[in-house]
Amino acid sequence: MKRLGVDVGSTTLKCAVVDEAGVLRFARYMRHYSKIDQRLGELLRQVVEQFPGESMEVSLSGSAGMGLAEEADLPFVQEVYAERVAVGRLAPGTDVVIELGGEDAKILFLTGGFEMRMNGTCAGGTGAFIDQMAALMEISIEDMDGLAARHEKLYTIASRCGVFAKSDIQPLLNQGARKEDVCASIFYAVVNQTIAGLAQGREIKGNILYLGGPLTYIPELRKSFDHVLQTEGLCPENALYYVAMGAAFAGTGQAQPLDELIQRLQHRSRAGRYTACPPLFESQEEYDAFTARHRAASEGIQRIDAPSGPMYLGIDAGSTTVKALLCDGEGNILRPFYTPNNGNPVPIIRDYLTKLYQDFPDIEIRASAVTGYGEDIIRNAFGIDRGLVETVAHYTAAKKFLPAVDFILDIGGQDIKCFQIRNGAIDSIYLNEACSSGCGSFLQTFAGALGYSPAEFARLGLFAKKPVDLGSRCTVFMNSSVKQAQKDGATVEDIAAGLSISVVKNALYKVIRCANAESLGEHIVVQGGTFLNDAVLRAFERETGRQVVRPGYAALMGAYGAALYALAHEEQPHKAVLTAGELERFTHSVKAVTCSGCGNHCNLTINDFGSGRRFIAGNRCDRPVTGKREQATHYDLYDYKLSLLEKYQGGAREPGKPTIGIPLGLNFYELLPFWRTFWETLGFNVVVSPLSTRELYLRGQYTIPSDTACYPAKLMHGHMEALLDEKPDAIFYPDMSYNAEEGLGVNHFNCPVVAYYPQVLRLNVPRLGETTFIDDFVSIADRKQFTKRMGEIVQKYFPAVPKGQIKPAAQRAYEAYDQYFRDLRQKGQEYLDIAKARNLPVIVLAGRPYHIDPEINHGIHTLICRLGAVVLTEDSVSHLVQSFPVNVRNQWTYHARLYAAAKYVAEAPPEANINLVQLVSFGCGVDAVTTDEVRAILERNGKIYTQIKIDEISNMGAVNIRLRSLFSAIEDRGRRQTT
Amino acid sequence: MAAVDFTKQMKREYTILSPDIFPTHMELLQSVFAIYGYKTEVLHYEGQQVIDRGLKYLHNDMCYPAICALGQQIYALTCGDYDPHKCALIQFQTGGGCRASNYIMLLRKALHNMGMDYVPVISLSFSGLEKYSGFKLTPLMMTALRAIIYGDMLLLLKNQTLPRETNQGDTRAVVDKWVSELTEQFRHKKGLSGRSMKRNLRRMAEDFHNIPKTDKKLTRVGIVGEIYVKYSSFGNNGLEEFLLSQDCEYMVPGVLGFLQYCFANTEIDHGYYGGSMLGVLGGRLAGYVADKWEEDMLEALADYPEFATPVSFDKVRELAARIIDPGVKMGEGWLLPGETAELIEKGYTNVICAQPFGCLPNHIVGKGTIRRLRELYPEANIFPVDYDAGASKVNQENRIKLMLAIAREQEQEQEQEAQYEAVGC
Repeated sequence: MKRLGVDVGSTTLKCAVVDEAGVLRFARYMRHYSKIDQRLGELLRQVVEQFPGESMEVSLSGSAGMGLAEEADLPFVQEVYAERVAVGRLAPGTDVVIELGGEDAKILFLTGGFEMRMNGTCAGGTGAFIDQMAALMEISIEDMDGLAARHEKLYTIASRCGVFAKSDIQPLLNQGARKEDVCASIFYAVVNQTIAGLAQGREIKGNILYLGGPLTYIPELRKSFDHVLQTEGLCPENALYYVAMGAAFAGTGQAQPLDELIQRLQHRSRAGRYTACPPLFESQEEYDAFTARHRAASEGIQRIDAPSGPMYLGIDAGSTTVKALLCDGEGNILRPFYTPNNGNPVPIIRDYLTKLYQDFPDIEIRASAVTGYGEDIIRNAFGIDRGLVETVAHYTAAKKFLPAVDFILDIGGQDIKCFQIRNGAIDSIYLNEACSSGCGSFLQTFAGALGYSPAEFARLGLFAKKPVDLGSRCTVFMNSSVKQAQKDGATVEDIAAGLSISVVKNALYKVIRCANAESLGEHIVVQGGTFLNDAVLRAFERETGRQVVRPGYAALMGAYGAALYALAHEEQPHKAVLTAGELERFTHSVKAVTCSGCGNHCNLTINDFGSGRRFIAGNRCDRPVTGKREQATHYDLYDYKLSLLEKYQGGAREPGKPTIGIPLGLNFYELLPFWRTFWETLGFNVVVSPLSTRELYLRGQYTIPSDTACYPAKLMHGHMEALLDEKPDAIFYPDMSYNAEEGLGVNHFNCPVVAYYPQVLRLNVPRLGETTFIDDFVSIADRKQFTKRMGEIVQKYFPAVPKGQIKPAAQRAYEAYDQYFRDLRQKGQEYLDIAKARNLPVIVLAGRPYHIDPEINHGIHTLICRLGAVVLTEDSVSHLVQSFPVNVRNQWTYHARLYAAAKYVAEAPPEANINLVQLVSFGCGVDAVTTDEVRAILERNGKIYTQIKIDEISNMGAVNIRLRSLFSAIEDRGRRQTT
Repeated sequence: MAAVDFTKQMKREYTILSPDIFPTHMELLQSVFAIYGYKTEVLHYEGQQVIDRGLKYLHNDMCYPAICALGQQIYALTCGDYDPHKCALIQFQTGGGCRASNYIMLLRKALHNMGMDYVPVISLSFSGLEKYSGFKLTPLMMTALRAIIYGDMLLLLKNQTLPRETNQGDTRAVVDKWVSELTEQFRHKKGLSGRSMKRNLRRMAEDFHNIPKTDKKLTRVGIVGEIYVKYSSFGNNGLEEFLLSQDCEYMVPGVLGFLQYCFANTEIDHGYYGGSMLGVLGGRLAGYVADKWEEDMLEALADYPEFATPVSFDKVRELAARIIDPGVKMGEGWLLPGETAELIEKGYTNVICAQPFGCLPNHIVGKGTIRRLRELYPEANIFPVDYDAGASKVNQENRIKLMLAIAREQEQEQEQEAQYEAVGC
């Protein structure tokens, strides 16, 4: 009797029929577009056609097959297990299987201790992610493959999760990076993601088998794996059907007449229960009243068909769309334009302008401004007068519709921006962190996946009877929730409405984190393309209990704001934009190069627009642009702190002395002077691992057991590799539950990760067996106790060291520690004095000691300096504050400094012009506690709170928006104080 | 937002609302509170609306146990079932280096944002982190410890009986019977002396022994992890129920072990960091009492070899020391790998490590120790499962199914080997 295995995956259905001898007799593959029941019926009918009248043993497998199997009373074979069974039969001798599916990634270690790994809750889509990227670039998967084959260079794309990578790729496209290079970089990101997420301390070597859709269809992806793993894996025949075949092999069911099974699947009992929200609209009348009210909000602004007097051009080159329009002196709108940017906004604007000049040869464009991700490239390409940060553009536009506006929420294609207006200035900016970008593209993705256009999809939800309550979560997780809801009987209408509601909840509770609607403001303007969706608008009014204003040109507000801004900042002489003649001669070519100006080796994209106009992107400093070194006059305590550590780094090893290796990471960024002095005084050579780099991280990646730990912690694995290469006699990295007691809080803990990461290294870095790894427990809080305890530790590993030497070594170590802080604080004071004398703004860039690591902070401090501010650190001002009550348990030393720094900033006089920006490492659980408290301390005193989340991510687009918005708000405040 | 005192008047008039942290223990603790004149209620709210309420008033990156447990309390005050002016909230607090020590403060912040600053929040801790005029910790906590012994015993016996009961509902009925019987005893200030505890524990074992059971073959699964998601079915999406439906017998180590771990840490800390002997003596004393009760429990079980018994805490400690340094004391610390090893040695080689997504101590003691555990126990089948507001139940169950598929394959192989051996091959 034949056996049928069906693999019900997250995006596809696969079935395989094997005969008694285990030979594959039939196999089919189709995408199911979430209509699993219907498509499964079709698939089974194809099997029946092929084998009419036959009964088979049927088993289901696959991530979406579990519930189905239960309901249809069929045996279920877990998909990874099925795969293993198939590999055992069809490809014996395989050591490791790497399988990528629609939404999951798996690695099976078959030999040398059997283990199976699959991705957990994070690190979601792989195949779906590649699909998304292809859609973003408007090319097919085959195109991606072909393009990637011709790549010249690779960009670093965050490999944590798809959403992150997307926010890396979009700016690359906007800056004109070659699609060939971007495609290849995407594949490498998938490779890194798979290895980082799943290898967890095991090296992938031996005979490797590639399975699953993406690896079958994309040879370049296989090549990327081969390249990174330095091996040549095999993609076997029928690689798509391994799970289905394995299910067939492993099935233990009874013979089923297939016709009957099809019947049963169609009539199976439905769970049919899910949590529902109330319908968005009960009736057509209710909907009509709603639309009429919103239409009325924009009646003051006219749409004009021809120029009326001098015109002002506004462009918003957003992440996924380009918006442009002109306005006259009254703010009336001409030629509003909105289109997807297809990864390159330049030709779109060229066409827009060309058409404009054709239709209105006499038009006088008096001033122009551009905003958005593509601001720099557009400004340089077309000679636009001004660039402005998005937040300012949106506020300028919103004011026109609702002068008293005090809260603006903009949900665009990829980002959510919202900000409060206090005293006429932008305040409290909230941007979605790269992790939760459930916005326009989110709805678009789902619409596409279910086979609808975004507009159709929006309409579908309006009158849904029982919208699904999907909560608020990121796209990757939402996929499985949607599937669950479908299984529970939700209609497409209910899902469409549910997703719209979810977008609103995401914005309110994840991004803004508002506790109650009253705190938002009284005069709310909502805008951005996503709010053109009436379902989203309605859901927002429902959730907040407020009537809000949606301008008639909601999607164009960035461009409109830019135009109004140009109008308000008209310059003499008028230049505005390329003339018709100049436009005709316009060309655009892109070249990718690696900058050799300094050790950073930035990947530059050089855009050439003809007539000597160029635009360079991807640079971290001004050197490739100006040809000069950074300006010498910057006051950056981050740089100073690093320079303080320099003298504790290198140094020659003296022969005859034992050598101790010390990693430069986590708490050791602060303790390096201490420990180096301690060991040197005891007569040891000390080697220190180098400053972190991406390469260093990748070297240690294979030993990381928990991928969701913070980046600073994960970097430690690379530091171990680097230290081991130095062949020290021992590596010293003690566990430290406690930090120094600085009298600011109720306790002086380290966070669990800082405290115990040495244990993780001991248990997961096999190479540590090459040396002695000293990870004993010690605290530096009590100097006397330290000497005693450290004596025990030294005795344990180096019995030859005379006991009497411990005390002086400890004394010297504490002197070095104290000196480090004296230097730091003194320099901090010096910078404060300079700022005061020269009237410079000051930013306390508050984080942790390890945030001075250039690989961790991505040069954010430099960026702030370039914006004209003096940069201080949290630990350079925290000692200036007395212990004070906070509304959290103030028990971690590093975090107590944050609260103290916030208090210092909050209480500084306005003329000191001091503000705080908090750096938060992604995955830092403790910051879920600190960020709200730091914000509260600042806001109690009317200061602006700005938070920047950092991870492996190296693109600075979002960071830039935040910082520029902050500076613009600071400027505004300064202006109002002087007038 | 200064802490609102819990006054003597409140003690008379208020209901103290507690989240549903441990399955059976909470009902018993409620009865213990009643002995001292506190009116408490354990909240059983579940579902998306509770999580949403939690997410609304707490930081979204806060750990999942906070979202669930604090969410239940926030929900209780906002859903109309309780008069916020007549309620107080209670949470456990250890004062350790994990962010759970902040739950009390986060709850106060949430109340502030809800406009309910007046609701008192009580911190329940052995070290007495906060003081209230109408709430005294000292006698209460030691009595509570006794209730925890009873709870652990019921949990242990229930877990081993439920999957095998012949008549559905028998086990539940015995558990319910004991909860009401103990409540009744507590009301008359009984069931708390050493002698009566011994008697009660023995009778419990007997009652569960008397439940008719089948001898069906079950896959043995151990559950370890973060203390909330490990026990709470709201937190772990009905993990135990799911395992039952998959023909598994599961063992979850008791709550007492966590307390013994906390007590033991005072002494370990003293060795590493010095400090006053006073805390060490307190820890020793509490540890001594806990060990004594643990003994009573083991003794009561001795007559019924059908029940797998927990090993002594000292043994767990010893096993843990082979894996990780005993200085690791945040969150579940060294206890977690110790319990995992214990379960494996006891034949529960399939272990689910239930942890909240992004739980900081679990990076170290959960996922961080698995490699070492596999080295020590090559037969172990350890699966970390993440729980989070954003994680879907389907994915979690699918993961567990993978574990079970491997487990069953191993079982089959073992059976075959046994057969070969039997025929002398």
